Amino acid sequence: MEAILQFFYSNKEAIFIIALTIFLGLEVISNVPSVLHTPLMSGANAISGVIIIGGIILVGHADLENLKAGSNLLNLILGIFALLFGTLNVVGGFVVTDRMLEMFKKKKK
Amino acid sequence: MNTLVETITNGDIILEFSYLLAAIFFVVGLKLLSHPESARKGNLWAAAGMLLAMITTMFLYRGGPEMTGIKTPNLLIIIGAIAVGSVAGALIARRVKMTAMPQLVSLFNASGGAASALVALIEYSNPENSSALVTLLGLAIGSIAFSGSMIAYGKLDGKIKDIFAKWMTYINLLFLASVIFLVVFIMITGLPVETKQVLVYILLLVALIYGISFVMPIGGADMPVVISLLNSLTGIAAAMGGFIYQNQAMILGGIFVGAAGMILTLLMCKAMNRSLINVIVGAFGGGGAGLDREAGVIKEVSLSDAAVLLSYSSKVVIVPGYGLAVAQAQHVCNEMVKLLEDKGVEVKFAIHPVAGRMPGHMNVLLAEADVPYEQLVEMDDINPEMPNTDVVVVIGANDVVNPAALDDPSSPIYGMPIIRTHEAKNVIVMKRGMGKGYAAIENFLFYDDKTRMLFGNAKDSLQKLVSEIKSL
Repeated sequence: MEAILQFFYSNKEAIFIIALTIFLGLEVISNVPSVLHTPLMSGANAISGVIIIGGIILVGHADLENLKAGSNLLNLILGIFALLFGTLNVVGGFVVTDRMLEMFKKKKK
Repeated sequence: MNTLVETITNGDIILEFSYLLAAIFFVVGLKLLSHPESARKGNLWAAAGMLLAMITTMFLYRGGPEMTGIKTPNLLIIIGAIAVGSVAGALIARRVKMTAMPQLVSLFNASGGAASALVALIEYSNPENSSALVTLLGLAIGSIAFSGSMIAYGKLDGKIKDIFAKWMTYINLLFLASVIFLVVFIMITGLPVETKQVLVYILLLVALIYGISFVMPIGGADMPVVISLLNSLTGIAAAMGGFIYQNQAMILGGIFVGAAGMILTLLMCKAMNRSLINVIVGAFGGGGAGLDREAGVIKEVSLSDAAVLLSYSSKVVIVPGYGLAVAQAQHVCNEMVKLLEDKGVEVKFAIHPVAGRMPGHMNVLLAEADVPYEQLVEMDDINPEMPNTDVVVVIGANDVVNPAALDDPSSPIYGMPIIRTHEAKNVIVMKRGMGKGYAAIENFLFYDDKTRMLFGNAKDSLQKLVSEIKSL
């Protein structure tokens, strides 16, 4: 319990952001026509690949000189996988969304 | 993460500013994505925001005990991994058939969940990481999103069958309780670090199993809800990662996606008139509902009769369902529509919000076949037109046109809004056989006096129908 309160206090700015972002999400997404449900989901999915920033930071500070020490090597490998998966999510997600929307566009003429 | 007071460089300021810009790009992007005219631009905005955040992190981020920037060898590894991931992602996204779209979205979602889980797993053992709670939550949620999305992928791809048994509900609750218990226990226990590390691995394992067992029994019309829910979970997992690094762009992006995904999920639930809990626990499963009703007789229709009926109508409405996607009959379907329009028939498509296997599935499917989206009409707009419709053609849809949802309180789908095909003058139902829909309940529309059945694979039937209409 104390950990949770501590967490709240030390992250109060971020928690404010969260509370407001949820409302923002509600506001932005409500009343979306069903035509756009799939592209919207797919585009949002690509944004959730933002975890890739974490992957960059992880691999960026992996200790390449002491790979044998502790779990450095394992962490590096897992970090690279995190980067790979994250990129797959981001790039694949945006490209596939664009491809879907391209089909919608074509029809307008 | 680092509590030491450090000198702030220009790079730090530019980095934080770029995160702010990226976050704004995400919001603007998603906002634009929710309008048909600007959707494509919105996607590009969001992608630009992501690219910006990635590049500035690579070159400006400082961390570690000495607050150093990312060294060149590490940078090369990062760029290498991103290059491989980008090429793979772009190739998969370009090459995959449009009909495999639901699977693909699930697969990408799974990889996002996996990335979040991995980041959390590595960061847990990092002594500089002071936020164990969010790390554990990120690990658990990311793992559930990963394994759940993989199962969803398998199901949509036809590799995994739905397995449902009543006891699975209890097993699922047990797994979920274990995940929560483990997170709490690791937080409060005074056990040595090594033991806790083992518990973290157990948490990872249990979360992965829960993801599998939670998606396993869900299928059919509930699939759009689950896909959208898993999407939302990946966003939340990414936001947890954002907490670890105190990175506002990650937190905002993740929560924003989480909130948006949750709204879409609830929208889908509303379209079925069920609660989210009800979908997750899985209340469908046939039963004796409505069995005492007079079943009546099934009447088949010949291809030539169907062709004549359609050609001499003035208004035809097509109700597509998952069967159309499975048979990949969208192109030949549009061919038939074109033929009918040449004969002066007004043709519209009626789209039920949960038709297919992901939110908006039918829209993407028909767009691929060049059906103008003005021709796709949403359920609430098409229903008032039903009594003036001469022929409704139901292609591979079942539960979304089942009148039991309106008038049979004992039916498991009672209360779900449906497309009121039974109010049209004639109904042609294309089906593979007399099998029941996902909900495994009788559909009395099929026994209606004005309903005619056309059995067979939707693609074959439509092809024959097209040549029949041509020869008229």
